[in-house]
Amino acid sequence: MAVDVAVADAARPVRARRRFAIRPLLKPKIVLGGAIVLTLIVAGALAPWLAPFDPNAQNLDLALKPPQWLLGPHILGTDAVGRDILARLFYGARVSLVIAVMVVLISGVIGVTLGAISGYFAGIVDFLIQKLVEVVWAFPPLLLAIAIMAFLGQGLRNLILALVMQRWISYCRVARGQALSLRTREFVDAARALGASNTRIIVRHIVPNLFQSAVVIGTFAMASAIISEAALSFLGLGVPPEIPTWGSMLADGRTYISTSWWLALFPGLCIFFTVLGINLLGDGLRDLLDPRLKRSGTGMG
Amino acid sequence: MAGYLLRRVIGTIPVILLITSLVFLLIHAAPGDPADLLLSDQATSQDIAEARHRWGLDQPFYVQYSRFIVNVLKGDFGTSFRYSDPVITVIGERLPATVELAIVSLLIAIALGLPLGVWAGAKPNSWADNLGSFFGFFGISMPNFWFGIMLILVVAGYLNWLPSSGRSTYGIARGSETGFYIVASLLAGNFLAAWDGVRHIILPAVALGTNMMGIIMRVTRSAVLEVMHEDFVRTARAKGVAESTVLWRHVLRNALVPVITVAGLELGTLLSGSIIVETVFAWPGSGSLLISAIESRDYPLITGTVIIYTLAFVAINFMIDILYGFVDPRIRFGK
Repeated sequence: MAVDVAVADAARPVRARRRFAIRPLLKPKIVLGGAIVLTLIVAGALAPWLAPFDPNAQNLDLALKPPQWLLGPHILGTDAVGRDILARLFYGARVSLVIAVMVVLISGVIGVTLGAISGYFAGIVDFLIQKLVEVVWAFPPLLLAIAIMAFLGQGLRNLILALVMQRWISYCRVARGQALSLRTREFVDAARALGASNTRIIVRHIVPNLFQSAVVIGTFAMASAIISEAALSFLGLGVPPEIPTWGSMLADGRTYISTSWWLALFPGLCIFFTVLGINLLGDGLRDLLDPRLKRSGTGMG
Repeated sequence: MAGYLLRRVIGTIPVILLITSLVFLLIHAAPGDPADLLLSDQATSQDIAEARHRWGLDQPFYVQYSRFIVNVLKGDFGTSFRYSDPVITVIGERLPATVELAIVSLLIAIALGLPLGVWAGAKPNSWADNLGSFFGFFGISMPNFWFGIMLILVVAGYLNWLPSSGRSTYGIARGSETGFYIVASLLAGNFLAAWDGVRHIILPAVALGTNMMGIIMRVTRSAVLEVMHEDFVRTARAKGVAESTVLWRHVLRNALVPVITVAGLELGTLLSGSIIVETVFAWPGSGSLLISAIESRDYPLITGTVIIYTLAFVAINFMIDILYGFVDPRIRFGK
């Protein structure tokens, strides 16, 4: 009995602390946005099991069937070559998710690293990196991606390159600003006095302090990456046509808009709700983690 | 003021040079010989050798590079394969349609976004704020290409209220369709054509402006929210100034700097958004020109459009810089 009480006492502060950590996350924006993002992740990850049909299985006898809802096998209907819309949406979620996550991670690593270096060293290094930022930023968003895809050709690697090309900049700008002020802080001086190298100071002391802002920028970058990927696929400049994506489904649907509305409606709804969910989540996280970013992160680009 | 302007002009020159260099590198990073890319598929090997010489592709890299830069600065982007006209002429003919669309979109975005933002920011957490925030999120999350398709489906298709594509109805248009169609029709006194132009521009402009509307609403809201707590607002209220005057004269004016900044930055989004929206609505502007150039592998035209769009964006940002130098003199003298 006494042991039980002792255990309970020991557990209490831990539980209290945990509750403290979870409660701020229970904001409507974060919960709603998180739920949508979670659904997307589940749908994408489990696509092979959730999808009722092979996304590329064609059947011209079943072409352009309207949604049968729960009354038939093709719940959301079929496209012009008889492929199941729902199955393609599940696989499209997977493609969107994988591309967006890769773009966000690669841009984040490049942007935070360059930003930290730029802010920490200041001087000529800062000048050069900021010139690069200025030039890449001078291109209207998406135009550079369109140009890259137009010149280098379709494909997953080029698509990711095209989407990363401008997305690392928002990380870099914010990271630089924070690194500029961090470099004069006492703990950095202390580390330097203890003989830490510049690399060590940046990796161990500067970068961890940039993490929160990077998470917030990352969510908005993810939303914009999903929209841009869909836009490029819509224009026929995304991944190769045999891979189902929401953007290319939408492009197909546009052709049949006057007769078969379901082709364009469902992929568009998926894009809209996914982006809405990520934006809500990003907004909630920003209010929570880094209210200072309020003005800089508008969520698009 | 003159010194400020001069400093900004000089500051943009290296950026323009570097942009051009980046596009040059991109052309050279493309798989295959630029001569293959820059010539049509029907070219013989003799044509290619001749073109290589004419374009200086047989010259060392630095010669090619400097020649490219000089040509760009002269406005010479070569000849379009498809139109057999100088690229600059082809783009010049289509550019007014894009500008017209962008201006109308921007007006729609400001007309909706600014009042919604002020309304929401003045009373945080009220129903007005929630409604405004809903529109804000709707705007920034809506992919314009899908919104465009849905507008065509519902407004043009089912309701049959507005036309779904193009700039004018066949038979109503007098003379050239290019140029600033609505304004030109108005000036010519052809009100029927002007009204026809307005009917055509509404759907694409709404599709293109929704995104910007959301952004303007959100930035205005947070700027108003911030300014509402300033001392001068309290002073104005204490003087007995009417609340609406406080809001629209004192608060909005001071909240305008971040709004102009962000709106200016997002003009680039509007420009690139127009590429997609023009494609959706078959709007005969320079954006849909770029996409058809990509489809027909018209590389001189692609290069020219990319550079001209980017230079336009640089010019817009430059003007925005000047503009908020006027709105907020602290910026001008500060840095």
